[in-house]
Amino acid sequence: MNATMIQTSDLTRHFTVKKDVVEAVRGLDLHVAEGELVALLGPNGAGKSTTLRMLTTLIPPTSGTATVAGYDVVDRQRDVRRVIGYIGQGNGAAHSQRGRDELVSQGRAYGMSVRDAKARADELVASLDLAAVAERPVSSLSGGQRRRLDIAMGLIHAPRLLFLDEPSTGLDPQNRANLQEHILKLRAEHGTTIVLTTHYLDEADAMAERVIVIDHGTVIADDTPARLKAEHSGDLITLGFGSAADAGRAVTRLGALADAAVSADGAVVEVRVAGGPRLVPGVLRDLDAAGIAVESTAVNRPTLDDVFLNLTGRSLREGVVTTSTEEVAA
Amino acid sequence: MSGTTMITDTVTVFSRELRPVLRDPFSVVFSMIQPLVFLGLFAPLLPEVEGGSALQWFVPGIVVMSCLFSTSFTGSNLLFEIQTGAHERMLVTPLRRPALIVGRALKEIVPMIVQTAIIVLVCVPFGFDLHVLGVLAGVAILAVMAVGLGALSYTLALASKNTEWMFWTVQQTVLFPLLLLAGILLPVDDGPGWLRALSSANPLAYVVDAERALFNGEFPASTVLSAVVASVAVAALGLAVGTRAMRRSS
Repeated sequence: MNATMIQTSDLTRHFTVKKDVVEAVRGLDLHVAEGELVALLGPNGAGKSTTLRMLTTLIPPTSGTATVAGYDVVDRQRDVRRVIGYIGQGNGAAHSQRGRDELVSQGRAYGMSVRDAKARADELVASLDLAAVAERPVSSLSGGQRRRLDIAMGLIHAPRLLFLDEPSTGLDPQNRANLQEHILKLRAEHGTTIVLTTHYLDEADAMAERVIVIDHGTVIADDTPARLKAEHSGDLITLGFGSAADAGRAVTRLGALADAAVSADGAVVEVRVAGGPRLVPGVLRDLDAAGIAVESTAVNRPTLDDVFLNLTGRSLREGVVTTSTEEVAA
Repeated sequence: MSGTTMITDTVTVFSRELRPVLRDPFSVVFSMIQPLVFLGLFAPLLPEVEGGSALQWFVPGIVVMSCLFSTSFTGSNLLFEIQTGAHERMLVTPLRRPALIVGRALKEIVPMIVQTAIIVLVCVPFGFDLHVLGVLAGVAILAVMAVGLGALSYTLALASKNTEWMFWTVQQTVLFPLLLLAGILLPVDDGPGWLRALSSANPLAYVVDAERALFNGEFPASTVLSAVVASVAVAALGLAVGTRAMRRSS
């Protein structure tokens, strides 16, 4: 068991908006060990950013406690700040500045000498592919370039713990992939503990070994993506039939499947069940033996959205999210 | 990685603020456009005074005006950084909160010196009598005032975090009464009693009086002392409220 990096106990934050008290975070208990890569997943307004802002000393908790790298976030703010890197939702570099100047200033802010700060800035400019734009005013950079500059600034002091708040929002798929690659590399090379918030399901799924699902300011699930999916959702088998009558007969036969949720919509039957790909051949043989012709079949592996849907009855999905689909010829 | 102190933190913030100015020195001239317009279009309207050019009376006021304009605007830079996320990024670094305001406010001195030099040099060929020692003493007092006014403008920016219009409304509402009550454009000595009373509550009025004497090569002790007290008071107030606002900033 690695050392504790983040520990919160009953962490709570209220905001007062026009006399109404909004409970953004309610009694959050969190434990993150050194070296973990954790994604906080939840819809907008779930309390992810507020949690991050408390852990990064930007706002004090209303009640409860939090320690980061062993330091209390209220009493030992400067110690916490020295240890952490933070890449917020906005752009860290001021528009009136040049990228390289901001990197050097950032290094100085952490107590690096001018020489060290310059050397480190050069290193990051090279590794984040910013050489062509580092001498330009930040206001003239593209969204993707600014985001890379944000990452460089967050890494200037090689923090042991890095917080990223919605790091890939607003980036095109190419830049998102680059960013994810960078974060994973950072972790592999330096063992940096990483806590990121996201509402991109595929991002949490692809990157994090541990997903903490937050809704209405509390943790509603906390596990590896694979176990979350296995526990809170099954595979979705979709069967197409020639008629609603066939579909109806199929529903009756499929009722014999253990732990399966079966529903029909016209000529289409959906079966929610664990281990879908292994069950399909048997299901097809059984329906064939009963004289029910299956015209099409698809098996969808569960996504974190299915998990969220299962946990809250609501969907996290914004627009279309790709799911891995295994088409099976029928 | 070595330790930091209040001084190194202040130097870090100061240098960061100064860098865009050094990269683009012409930016210092932008906030001077209005003072230069007044100099060109208002000064010629002034009646000649005995024993010299009207510029001798007008230029020190324009120097203070130029300082007032650029320092009162400076909070808008911070406001923009609050909106883009640059300020938040700095709040997460170990920089000490007072350094975040002191470093920024101290930077105001640099454009003020450049602007004063430009105004004075532009006016010398038109009959302005240059007293170097007096001007230097005047700049020293104005430097303290610039720090105070800058800190107040930054404080206003921090207070206007989610309401940008508030920054501009307050800045514009305060700017012109301060300017007029300081006797920069016209002397207040001949005004009605209530106006003179208001003027006597305006710290800038004392600075303008002292600048006029100093730029004329005179060093009247009580006038200069009043200006020093007024400047130090504004600087102390500005840095105190600024530090408080910076500590609460998130």
